[in-house]
Amino acid sequence: MSADIIQAMDLQKHFDGGDIKALNGVNASVKKGEVVVVIGPSGSGKSTFLRCLNLLEVPTGGKVLFEGVDITDKKADINLHRQKMGMVFQHFNLFPHMTILRNMTLAPMKLLKKSQADAEAKAKALLERVGLSDRANAYPSQLSGGQKQRIAIVRALCMDPEVMLFDEPTSALDPEMVGEVLEVMKELAKEGMTMVVVTHEMGFAREMADRVIFMAEGKIVEEGTPEEIFMAPKQPRTRDFLAKVL
Amino acid sequence: MRPSASQSWPLEAPDWILNGPEWLNDLGYDFYKSFVFDNRYQMYIKGLGNTLLLTLLALLIGVALGVVISLIRVSWDKNHTEMQGPGKFFLGFFNALAKVYLTVIRGTPAVVQLMIMYFVIFASSRNKVMVAALSFGINSGAYVAEIIRGGIMSIDTGQMEAGRSLGFGYVATMRYIILPQAFKAVLPTLANEFIVLLKETAVAGYVGLTDVTYAGNIIGGNCYDYLFPLLMSALIYLILVMFFTFLVGKLERRLRSSER
Repeated sequence: MSADIIQAMDLQKHFDGGDIKALNGVNASVKKGEVVVVIGPSGSGKSTFLRCLNLLEVPTGGKVLFEGVDITDKKADINLHRQKMGMVFQHFNLFPHMTILRNMTLAPMKLLKKSQADAEAKAKALLERVGLSDRANAYPSQLSGGQKQRIAIVRALCMDPEVMLFDEPTSALDPEMVGEVLEVMKELAKEGMTMVVVTHEMGFAREMADRVIFMAEGKIVEEGTPEEIFMAPKQPRTRDFLAKVL
Repeated sequence: MRPSASQSWPLEAPDWILNGPEWLNDLGYDFYKSFVFDNRYQMYIKGLGNTLLLTLLALLIGVALGVVISLIRVSWDKNHTEMQGPGKFFLGFFNALAKVYLTVIRGTPAVVQLMIMYFVIFASSRNKVMVAALSFGINSGAYVAEIIRGGIMSIDTGQMEAGRSLGFGYVATMRYIILPQAFKAVLPTLANEFIVLLKETAVAGYVGLTDVTYAGNIIGGNCYDYLFPLLMSALIYLILVMFFTFLVGKLERRLRSSER
């Protein structure tokens, strides 16, 4: 655990000309190697917060520092920074017109200028790790939800990111497929990957998080270690939420 | 009783008609003057070639134009609130231009556009096929643009987000991820546009271009009898359209079987 790799400063996100405040002054930081899990009721702004970290959602106020650089600055080359921030989506978002292998090698070849052989070697090694080597030449439509999400994770890993952002990675999965995806995420966490995870999987948060952030109404209500949040929440809003989901 | 058929024929009829059964004589003569005499059948073939060439060129121009216009429209609609500086000015300018183009082209008849093109803008050009292809291409481009725009909009926003999150810029994501999927989605519609275009080129005769329709028209005028020539023109279109519709159907089935 060393310096902050991501710092969010007073993030604001207003929709519809300020009527809806999805984020209302969020300050948070993520250290290198840290696993931060963000929980909260739906509509609390946790996904918006995550999407602001790689500017898929452009905040209406505040700053995001990534490796000390203000990426909300208009002069910053966001595409370059995003290469180091892998993202996994709720709905996988694999490219349906490409094979699994092509899904994984496209960005490394076009953006990192890797040779096809290098990119494929890395992709195949990653596929091996998640137990999907035999699906390299399949198309996304031929995979189950759990397989798709595992592919989505390794697709992001092909870019050798510094941080992985997970936006409710198991919410769209059938219950019996949640485990296989969480397993991959746990392994990743154990290897020391810096992760920010928005999820409803309280078990994962308890077991793997270095820090849990509880959000409600566009603000961080409480943050702390899993023990602090799950065993002894200080805020009534946190207690209220945990009573409902646990 | 009509007088002996042969006396009413201004042309000399060949023996194979006169020697045939009498009730077939008139019909045979009509056929003869519509297709055989003076090698008139060659005119339909020439018309067929021109119609196909015209349609193909127009479609190529239309697709090229349609892609550009639809990209300008989509890029502006999705990004202009977040853009600034000269980039926004240029995109805004081209977007306005694209809107004027779409309004004018879709708001006026293709025949009028063709005539303006041939008799005014390219008044000095003798190359009827090229001028007509350009005119129909510009016309078709407006419709193709809206087809492709619909295709791009039908692609899930998650695809753009996935591309961007990997580090691709907007243009690269469009090129590698969105457009290939959008094209696949609109391919049957584009093929149908080709069929529509094929029939729309039938007005090319307005500038004296010998297409399938104009060939029938000229021969009908020469024979003082339009029945066979115009039926022939209609038949050629019908066969072409049925053939291409068959191909589009095959294409659709193949695309569907490779669906997710």
